[in-house]
Amino acid sequence: MEILISLIKIVIVLFVLLTSVAYIVLLERRVAAAIQNRIGPNRVGWQGLLQPLADVVKLVMKEDIVPRQANKFIHDLAPIISIGVALATFAVIPFGNRIALFGHDIKLQIADVNIGILYILALTSLGVYGVTLSGWSSNSKYSLLGGMRSSAQMISYELAMGLSLIGVIMIAGSLRLDTIVEAQVAWRWNILLQPIGFITFVVSSFAETNRLPFDLPEAEPELVGGYHTEYSGLKFGLFFLAEYANMVTASAIITTVYLGGWQVPFVHSLGLSDVSVSIIQVLGFCFKVGMLIMFFIIIRWTLPRFRYDQLMNIGWKVMLPLAIANLLATGLVILLKWV
Amino acid sequence: MLTEFGRVFIFFIIGAIFVAGGLVTAWLVRPQRWYPNKLTSYECGEEPIGDSWVRFNIRFYVVALIFLVFDVEVVFLFPWAVVYQKLGMYAFVEMLIFLAVLLVGYAYVWGKGDLDWDKPEPQIPSVKGKEVTKPQYAEEVTG
Repeated sequence: MEILISLIKIVIVLFVLLTSVAYIVLLERRVAAAIQNRIGPNRVGWQGLLQPLADVVKLVMKEDIVPRQANKFIHDLAPIISIGVALATFAVIPFGNRIALFGHDIKLQIADVNIGILYILALTSLGVYGVTLSGWSSNSKYSLLGGMRSSAQMISYELAMGLSLIGVIMIAGSLRLDTIVEAQVAWRWNILLQPIGFITFVVSSFAETNRLPFDLPEAEPELVGGYHTEYSGLKFGLFFLAEYANMVTASAIITTVYLGGWQVPFVHSLGLSDVSVSIIQVLGFCFKVGMLIMFFIIIRWTLPRFRYDQLMNIGWKVMLPLAIANLLATGLVILLKWV
Repeated sequence: MLTEFGRVFIFFIIGAIFVAGGLVTAWLVRPQRWYPNKLTSYECGEEPIGDSWVRFNIRFYVVALIFLVFDVEVVFLFPWAVVYQKLGMYAFVEMLIFLAVLLVGYAYVWGKGDLDWDKPEPQIPSVKGKEVTKPQYAEEVTG
């Protein structure tokens, strides 16, 4: 029974995640079009709503080309690593409190791992492999440059990411994501307690997901397609899917850690039944994640790209000292019991 | 009894089934018409010159080394952060010393210039050893 409930939860979460990823691609194209004063895809289905489906069919039907000089095994493996890591992070995100349905007390989280944050950071580190290996194995100059850049970029920003999370852990006193969410009752959201940590974390998230203004690994004007220059068909599709899944995961992590997760302020004072409160909390979580994704998209289409030396300077000389200073300041504030 | 990591494992398996299913479907339905020119690596339509598995800029290696040092330090900070509120003053002083040692290394690396990325030097065009249009060029760069 327990396994069955887990299975149902996993299937629902994966389904929602993948469907939303497909529609975020459409959303991004429509928003980009609106920002650039174009119309965007609106032909397939009503307002282009079937476009993601058509894209998937197209990608599946395309020939898979592996360059003669490439390392075939690693070339095949790299997109699987990318998508695997992007999806697996979602296993520990709490997207709601408990809900009582059909006589079962169901926890709205797939796995309540007691080292949630460590698990997320570990998987983010693994994400570097997908990009780096794809860049190396293609044996193409553009891919290699993209892969090299991206590995250096991702490891640089990973430090700031880990360090800015430590402030939150100190406040919550736990690595469990559920405990961190529960500590943010009402308006005690971590974004208010940790504003600098929030900024460094969001900036590092942009760098980790290779989104503009940090999309140097695939900078189209100089590197063609960056690390996925030599990919075609569904393997390219998997990289694409992984990029957007990473964006959803990053938004979900930011929501969980800094924006109160599934906490909706004052929902308990409305006097609703427990089930409806749980549902409102899940919707609140989805709303926060959606707003962050919109933020990601708007940033992408309004900011220019950094130069590589600027990127490294921001990572090592601004983000890292800022995160360490934030860590020490948090320590001092907790010690003097100001909060 | 299903442990929490057991659930993560089930999640992994279902995700893997999904990815494998997609790849197998694509393998079944896609066309496969290869010919030699199609299998060359992309180089703007030119014949690719040489291999791209060559020696690479050392800076990336240095960055990876510095990252390793800092990342190990961050790993040590996690357990410290969890028990911080229980230990209080003692933990704070401990961590100040720990971070101070690390910051000395950070200052050394910064001072040595390992964190400075190369800025491209503008190549001034020359004809027969004589630089051409240098004044205008310098003006453009600095102005």
